[in-house]
Amino acid sequence: MSVLEFDRISKIYNVRGAGHMKALDDVSFTLESGRTIGLVGQSGSGKSTIAKILTQLETPTTGEIRLDGARIPRRGRGLRKYRQQLRMVFQDPFASLNPYHSIRYHIERPLRLDDVVPAKETEREVRRLLERVQLAPDTVIDRRPHELSGGQRQRVAIARALASRPKLLVADEPVSMLDVSLRLGVLNLLADLQREEGLGVLYITHDLATARHFSDEIIVLNQGRIVEQGTADDVILNPQHPYTRELRAASPDPENWFPTKHGGTSPDASTSGGAR
Amino acid sequence: MPEPQLTEPLLSVRDFSVVYDVDPPVAAVRDVTLELQRGEILGLAGESGCGKTTLAYGVQRLLKAPAVITGGSVVFHDTSGETIDVNALDAEHMRRFRWDKISMVFQGAMNALNPVATIGSQLADVFEVHRPEMTRKQRRAEVEELLEIVKVGRDRIRSFPHELSGGMRQRVMIAMALALRPQLMVMDEPTTALDVLVQREILRQISQLRHEFGFSVIFITHDLPLLLEISDRIAIMREGEIVELQSAEGIWSNPQHEYTRRLLESFPRLTGERGVVVR
Amino acid sequence: MSAVEPQILDARQGDALEVGTTATTAGGRSRVPWRFLANRAVFYLFTLWAAITINFFLPRLMKGDAVDQYLARNRNVSPEAADALRSLLGLDTDKTLLQQYFDYWGLMFRGDLGISLLHGMRPVTEVISQALPWTIGLVGFATIVSFAIGTIGGAFVGWRRGSRLDALVPLTTFLSTIPYFWLGLLAIAAFSVNLRWFPIGKAYGVGMRPEWSAEFIGQVIHHGTLPAVTIVIASLGGWMLGMRNMMLTVLDEDYITVAQAKGMPNRRVLWRYAARNAVLPQIQSFALSIGFIVGGTIVMEMVFSYPGVGKLLLDATNAKDYALMQGVFLVITLSVLVANLLADLAYAFLDPRTRQTEA
Repeated sequence: MSVLEFDRISKIYNVRGAGHMKALDDVSFTLESGRTIGLVGQSGSGKSTIAKILTQLETPTTGEIRLDGARIPRRGRGLRKYRQQLRMVFQDPFASLNPYHSIRYHIERPLRLDDVVPAKETEREVRRLLERVQLAPDTVIDRRPHELSGGQRQRVAIARALASRPKLLVADEPVSMLDVSLRLGVLNLLADLQREEGLGVLYITHDLATARHFSDEIIVLNQGRIVEQGTADDVILNPQHPYTRELRAASPDPENWFPTKHGGTSPDASTSGGAR
Repeated sequence: MPEPQLTEPLLSVRDFSVVYDVDPPVAAVRDVTLELQRGEILGLAGESGCGKTTLAYGVQRLLKAPAVITGGSVVFHDTSGETIDVNALDAEHMRRFRWDKISMVFQGAMNALNPVATIGSQLADVFEVHRPEMTRKQRRAEVEELLEIVKVGRDRIRSFPHELSGGMRQRVMIAMALALRPQLMVMDEPTTALDVLVQREILRQISQLRHEFGFSVIFITHDLPLLLEISDRIAIMREGEIVELQSAEGIWSNPQHEYTRRLLESFPRLTGERGVVVR
Repeated sequence: MSAVEPQILDARQGDALEVGTTATTAGGRSRVPWRFLANRAVFYLFTLWAAITINFFLPRLMKGDAVDQYLARNRNVSPEAADALRSLLGLDTDKTLLQQYFDYWGLMFRGDLGISLLHGMRPVTEVISQALPWTIGLVGFATIVSFAIGTIGGAFVGWRRGSRLDALVPLTTFLSTIPYFWLGLLAIAAFSVNLRWFPIGKAYGVGMRPEWSAEFIGQVIHHGTLPAVTIVIASLGGWMLGMRNMMLTVLDEDYITVAQAKGMPNRRVLWRYAARNAVLPQIQSFALSIGFIVGGTIVMEMVFSYPGVGKLLLDATNAKDYALMQGVFLVITLSVLVANLLADLAYAFLDPRTRQTEA
């Protein structure tokens, strides 16, 4: 059981010649093992900044991050250990894998660097990990990333993230660059893995629909601030904040569209006679 | 001058095929037949590689090597009554046909605008080339009006593309496509790179313009829920073929093809039942 | 449950689509990127200061004896000139280093680079300013011509990818691999000796004095043709290759497809959309090559006995005329800096994205 506390974090960037840019303003949330938080925001909302701070690629201007009660170390071995426990899956499966190396290399590396298993077990562990992400090891292990499909690449990225047996996973738009029919497959995989390993998952996305289905809790971010927070169904079906309401109204929702084809917010009134 | 047959379709595509002449050759579009009605929005849905973009480019003869049109006909029924066989046009007539009858809104206006030219000049050169009888003053007036129509504002006429946000650039693209008042606009993933809120604004704008100017639209995207909301009819494409073509409501409530059903299932419902992702 | 009409309640500048705009106001913005230019100017001034300071230290790092002996051998030097020379050549060791430094800068500001012992005690500035116009005139002209032909040619070759024009690239590249002196000698042998179309060397006829007359200018052009043409031939390949490659990259961009979709005629797409973007990196290369004009044409000047800066430097080195050498180094440094500054200016005007440092 692990708990990550993101405590009153603010991040201010100095933009040369244009003053300050407040990327995050007093953001707080708690990520626990076995639960998924959906972090929903549009571009410029600060969600990438949160991902960068979680992986310590950026340091917060004010506020603290704590893992199991202890502050995250800024450097050295402590930071290494922290990074073992919190892994990230990136948006672009092509860009996050080195095109020069084989799949085996990609998964071996974290195993070796973090001494997860004794050396002679490495090969076995690589295969085990590939099987966990539903890839037949023999078909991919010696290939290079460009020989795999987008969905396969993303599964490899997930396997790599799981190699060091982390407690927490940050998934930054993990499926938005994949083909539509592959997306649910990968999300379901993540859900399975979370259940089986008891991971805490932070699912960062701009897509409300998948956030609702994948997360227990949703946080809505707008221009660096949390504007709404609650269980997934509450936030999506019963939004309180005007911004959340806007987001919901703007997202395509055929289920609501077809029974009520007249008036309101129809973006196209050709079938509905002159609402606009 | 014969009365234009207003019940005629605007665009008739028959048995249209495109092959990528590589080794081994790839059949990108296979015997596609469809008819676009006047004033209709036709959605073209499918995943990457299904051929929807190749089809859209192909009917305008915008394909580059190694793509080759291997068969079929594309016939445009102009409002003037004229029937134009697009494939038979020579280079000069094709050049004049482009943008005047059919125009296109491209994806990712990031790279779709010339980075070293002002947006005003990029709008104006459409007139320079297609309406040579216009004076410079008239052109400028037209450009300013276009910018106002799409709500970018005439004061942006001397801005460069990198000075505008993604949403504004997309609106400039729409203004550009609207310039010659075409009868058909082909839109290739025009809102994919944009935020949900911006996307909604752009769609609203397109709808408004359609009412005002009466053009038809072919809207290409992989986002099926979006198409369901805005299209009259939807064509589902897969591996170069149209597997299903019916009204948007029909696709939603009564999908015929198995692939259509699969595609629909890939989109979790925003407000419907949960359970798509097994938790 | 019906959806609620979205309302924009947050205070934002303009509408939702303004997010991400780098310049939220249009008009009233200066077209000239002052801040960018100021930045560059500061940088170049700093570089100039560093260059002059290095120039100050160089002779002081050499063994002083050689210079001393040299000065001792040449007596007919006025006291002021002798002082200047001592300051320039690091011989004024009776003063503190700081004092030397200040005196050196004093000379720089007065434009006093000493006297040339090789050239009859004339001031170095005078000697250099006689040679400089020849170098800049001929080589500068030839470089510009080469750049123009190569770039325009490269644009065509890139546009017509896969046509027979492609052969121009290996051809011109081959020409540029021919050792220049050989090319020059070949040209002289063919056109000067055999065909007698052009004179063998020098900038103008023997016995003529430089003046602004039609005859003189005619001679200059006559004498300068072979050197200019050989320089153009030797350097064409690089420009053409560079431009062609950039064209290929640019032609793959979306905005080219859009331009064609708009029904733009080919000519317009080629020049206003493609070449206009492809030429930007070429400008950078051009700047670098301009910098080399002043110092880098010794071979040409030797082959054609052309009275330029290169020859001047060579002679000075052989005669150990340190003051003249120093002077030439300084002039070369200065011209490279000026060339780069001009290129930066040109680039800033040609590529509106560089002006982003304003926002």
